[in-house]
Amino acid sequence: MARYILRRLLQAIPTLLGISIISFILVNAAPGDPVTMRTFGDPRMTEETRQTLRRQLGLDQPLAVQYFTWLTGLAVRSGDQVAMMTSPTNTCAYFGGVNLTVCNTGGGVLRGDLGTSLDTKQPVWKRLVERMPATLELGIASLLLALVIGVPAGVLAAVYRGTWFDGVVRIITVIFTSVPIFWMALLLILVFAVILGWLPTGGRQTVSLTQEFNLGDRLRHLIMPAFVLALGGIAGFSRLMRTETLEVLNMDFVRTARAKGLPNGQVWFVHAFRNALIPMMTVLGPAIVGVLGGAVVVETIFAWPGMGRLTVSAAFQQDYPLVLGAGMFFAVLTILGNLLSDIFYGLVDPRVRLG
Amino acid sequence: MAASTVTSINAELRPGAGLGKPQTYWGMAMRSLRRDKVSIVAIVFLVIMGTLALLAGVITGALGVDPNATNPANQFSPPYIWPYLRWLLGLDPVTAPTLLYQSDGVPHWLGTDQLGRDQLARLLFGARISLGIALTAAAISMALGVVVGLAAGYFGRRVDDVVMWFINTMTSIPTIYLLIIVSALFKPTPMTLTLFLGLLGWFGTARFMRGNVFRVRSLDYTLAARSIGASDLRIMVQHVLPNCMAIIVVITAADVAALILTESILSFLGLGVQPPTASWGNMLYRANDFIYLRDASGQFIALHLFIWPGIVISLTVLSLFLLGDGLRDALDPMLKNRK
Repeated sequence: MARYILRRLLQAIPTLLGISIISFILVNAAPGDPVTMRTFGDPRMTEETRQTLRRQLGLDQPLAVQYFTWLTGLAVRSGDQVAMMTSPTNTCAYFGGVNLTVCNTGGGVLRGDLGTSLDTKQPVWKRLVERMPATLELGIASLLLALVIGVPAGVLAAVYRGTWFDGVVRIITVIFTSVPIFWMALLLILVFAVILGWLPTGGRQTVSLTQEFNLGDRLRHLIMPAFVLALGGIAGFSRLMRTETLEVLNMDFVRTARAKGLPNGQVWFVHAFRNALIPMMTVLGPAIVGVLGGAVVVETIFAWPGMGRLTVSAAFQQDYPLVLGAGMFFAVLTILGNLLSDIFYGLVDPRVRLG
Repeated sequence: MAASTVTSINAELRPGAGLGKPQTYWGMAMRSLRRDKVSIVAIVFLVIMGTLALLAGVITGALGVDPNATNPANQFSPPYIWPYLRWLLGLDPVTAPTLLYQSDGVPHWLGTDQLGRDQLARLLFGARISLGIALTAAAISMALGVVVGLAAGYFGRRVDDVVMWFINTMTSIPTIYLLIIVSALFKPTPMTLTLFLGLLGWFGTARFMRGNVFRVRSLDYTLAARSIGASDLRIMVQHVLPNCMAIIVVITAADVAALILTESILSFLGLGVQPPTASWGNMLYRANDFIYLRDASGQFIALHLFIWPGIVISLTVLSLFLLGDGLRDALDPMLKNRK
């Protein structure tokens, strides 16, 4: 098992490297220039100043060099440019033998801080971690909601196959997958916040001077975003559980259990349910990806102060390092999620051998 | 019920009954699809939507409206259709003529938006953009996915390793996140948006295709083809591909639906199709405001702008998903009884 985990983690390295290269090229191929964007094309700014800014940010370098700098935090230039490159955040040294100036910009992806945000000059890692609790709260709440609603609905739909209950579950499932998630969100806001006034329209808690923690207030803010984010999961889980339970219900051990005279509830939820649950493990990884992706949209609509919203606004403001760093961060989460779901799969189902 | 099944089977088994028309796989599938009422309803809806989109110019011309003609004096006009019906029934002789007077005699059947543009016209022209983008992007991603998946599954080993590494890499980033980044940075036109969606959407298809090709490749008829000296290309195109068509068709239907949703999300965020070009998604661009707008008496005035595009998107996507389900049942005899 340990060897398997180690191998998977080693395999993740080329994957992450690939992601870093692809996303770096993608982001840098975009038109528009962060310097012009940040200075709003200010006419008082001379072209020379702009060039200096670009040089300080390393934007005048070839793409491969920029990539290296982003990865390691080391800016490399030919010739002696120590004087020009040194700044409060850079320490530079000139190596005469190879005629290169090497600057330590203080952070890089490999050093774990994911680069430096152009906007706030903070490490990207720090900006993401600030927002992480909000996204985790939303993500975990919605996954739990999806499990609690989706799994029993699927099992019962299989057990009562062909009845009105099955029909209702199927219709709801199809509707949940067809309605655009943002539209559903706005519909809920319209009904529960604007018309009925029961729930807040957005945010993570009511704004107050002290910003005290208030569980009830937090929950009221959480309900709608978590539910909207859970829609896809509810539909997916219930569909999967229905198929799997149907499959398991036809198996010999279920017949045996019934033949022994066990009550229905015990057969369904102890014998059938347990075995139907196994394939659920394989979709946990994709479910995490789905929640992360959906969080981008849901957080934007509900003004939820999470990582998704941060990345969207960073993309609008062309804060390249933040966009890239967030991408790497999401990729790591996804890879870990997939690994975990494979490991669980091996733990739950003895027929599955990891190796 | 049982009796009629028996007679229909008998009719098919009657000597000479099937001689004129040999039953093909696709013929049987289509027949089974025709029996599926849900699929029929879905197909009818999609055909109607497609026709309306194609005839958008003719329809709006006949109604005397234009998707981009603004009229600030007549903004947020409510849909004309309900007052008109009440006027027809003699329930309300005032509202409908008043509305018509306000809009200079042009009936805005689904109302107007914040710039006084006709919503029906925008929905019709938006259908062209939204459906066009989704269909074209689905075609691109299907072509890419099929070719790559076929190659990976057929050749296996190195090719497969490289392809799967690439696919696993790309799917490690949530696609919607990737698309939001790309479209925020590139400010896409409908054309480039289609390309992005197509180029970033083929990973799932390729993965499915690869698995299916693995299965087909190990079947006897592939071996037989190889033993009589058929080339790789011939085996792939003549023997493997036709046996994967079912799964390709089903995936594509789901793909188009997913792409309509994706386009609507991007455009809603202001990242997709840019105004004034209408798409179903960007008609909802300001929808966050629409649900709050009220007039002096507290009546919502912009809800029609929020409701209609959402309903049209939902119904179209719903139809595509249902059609996909129907196609899967029709095309895969093994799955037919599982439901």
